[in-house]
Amino acid sequence: MLFGLKWLSCYLTTGKHMAFYGSFGTVLLLLAITAPTALLFGFGGAMLARVRFLPASLLGKTYIALVRGVPDIAFFLFFVIALDQALEWLMHKAKCPEWDEPIRQGSDFIVCQAAKVPPGSAPQWLHETYGFALAVITFAIVFGAFAANVLFGAMRAVPHDQLETAAAYGMTQRQTFWRVLVPQMWIYALPGLSNLWMVLIKATPLLFLLGVEDIVYWARDLGGAKTPRFTDYPHGDWRMWYFLALLVFYLVFTRISEIVLDRLMRRLSVGQAISGGDAKRRAGA
Amino acid sequence: MSCWDIIADYGLRSLGIGERLLPRDNFTLCHHFTLIGSGLLWNIYFGTLALISGFFLAVAVALGKASRNIVLRKLAGWFVLVFRGSPLFIQFFFAYFLFLSLKGVHPVFSPFTSAWLGALVVLFLNTAAYSAEIFYGALRSIPRGDLEAADAYGMSGWPRFRRITYPTMLRLAWPAYTNEAIFLFHATTLVFFSGFPAWQQKGDSLYYASYLADKTFNPFIPYPVLAGYFILLTLVIIAIFGAINTRLNRHLPRPMRPRLRFRPNLIR
Repeated sequence: MLFGLKWLSCYLTTGKHMAFYGSFGTVLLLLAITAPTALLFGFGGAMLARVRFLPASLLGKTYIALVRGVPDIAFFLFFVIALDQALEWLMHKAKCPEWDEPIRQGSDFIVCQAAKVPPGSAPQWLHETYGFALAVITFAIVFGAFAANVLFGAMRAVPHDQLETAAAYGMTQRQTFWRVLVPQMWIYALPGLSNLWMVLIKATPLLFLLGVEDIVYWARDLGGAKTPRFTDYPHGDWRMWYFLALLVFYLVFTRISEIVLDRLMRRLSVGQAISGGDAKRRAGA
Repeated sequence: MSCWDIIADYGLRSLGIGERLLPRDNFTLCHHFTLIGSGLLWNIYFGTLALISGFFLAVAVALGKASRNIVLRKLAGWFVLVFRGSPLFIQFFFAYFLFLSLKGVHPVFSPFTSAWLGALVVLFLNTAAYSAEIFYGALRSIPRGDLEAADAYGMSGWPRFRRITYPTMLRLAWPAYTNEAIFLFHATTLVFFSGFPAWQQKGDSLYYASYLADKTFNPFIPYPVLAGYFILLTLVIIAIFGAINTRLNRHLPRPMRPRLRFRPNLIR
């Protein structure tokens, strides 16, 4: 039998605990992929909302308004199933055109074998990757709408004189957009985007709801009471302590992000023709 | 089975009144509207109570954060940091397991392990922290002239707070506080997905929406129904807060009154 510190050090390095530490990597990976993807979606949404063509701008604005008006978690739960079914439906249409039964039979959603995504014979890691990819797309759609909102505001915040000057120089719409508007909008977008980053960090535990084995999953699993029959390291219900650790992890993570973003803002404000990035930041936060 | 029967059976299902068994097949649109609407009662319950109770704590914490006493200032600052810096989802989990272990120490804590009280406490503390930050910001942007005028009239301490500081703070904070309220109601949907058990399947609107989506394997009906309910709820909140906003600003000339803007764009 082991006691005290030695017991703890053995306990904290079991295989399952290693998986637990690995899942922190999953969270960071999600952030690393989602942040740029959401920014891309947001950029597309903001561009769409700016277009002069009414249906396109309406589509962009509806996307922004709808995603913000409804609880986000509802979107997460919705998109995971909806995306999966949409994908299988498309595959079904493409691969089994001769299929004549309806896809929705009562409470079932039935597509032909070839249209299953991922294929039934696929290895386990493919299923997990597929689940993770669905989660990333869902996050990107939801946070893309937030980013679109921020970028749309930032594009409107660029002084109009700048665009008029560009037009006076004979630049086309497209040139004005890419050479004058886009390079200048970031300073206006940064307060909103840094806020969004904080929100994105705090949304990562929702991965658990999307069926990914993330930190919440492992904390629940490892923290539960264990009897000597099933493990070498029996203990009572420790879930409280595991979640306390997660709480501290998130606190530290948001605090570090706050400091880094603050520095970035100060750096970017240098030489900008706005009355102190500081005032902007306070207004945006 | 007509829609009225369904409403009679399941209209108050979330409170445990009516039919015990949830429907298992032959779901109609009426089932969706009735069950999800019934669950909405919980969202309203959590949101309203947390908002009202959180308001008082928020004012206290904001004052603590602005106070000259360093102990109070630090305490309030830490409170706000902890609840704003960590995900609400994790806070729910932690609180649930904390109450579960406390229950073993003393039976006083056993009601806290059920959602109606335990989750309410978490939401109360959480919204208090977010609102405190809003009120603190407003407190710091009270025009100096107003306070100087109060001094000139010989007001200080409680009369000055009650007649000058507090109304101005509320007036300045109100648009942001409206967003916080909307967003608190959205956050209530997390309760039954984060540890707190839905005892006898008495859950909130999202709980029923996901139940229906699971059973019918069709997310395209329950979630839009839920979205519709929440858009309605949001409009109601905006109407109520807008009326209060008008009252708070009734002394100002019309063009100077701040307009409420709907921009809840945050998750916790």
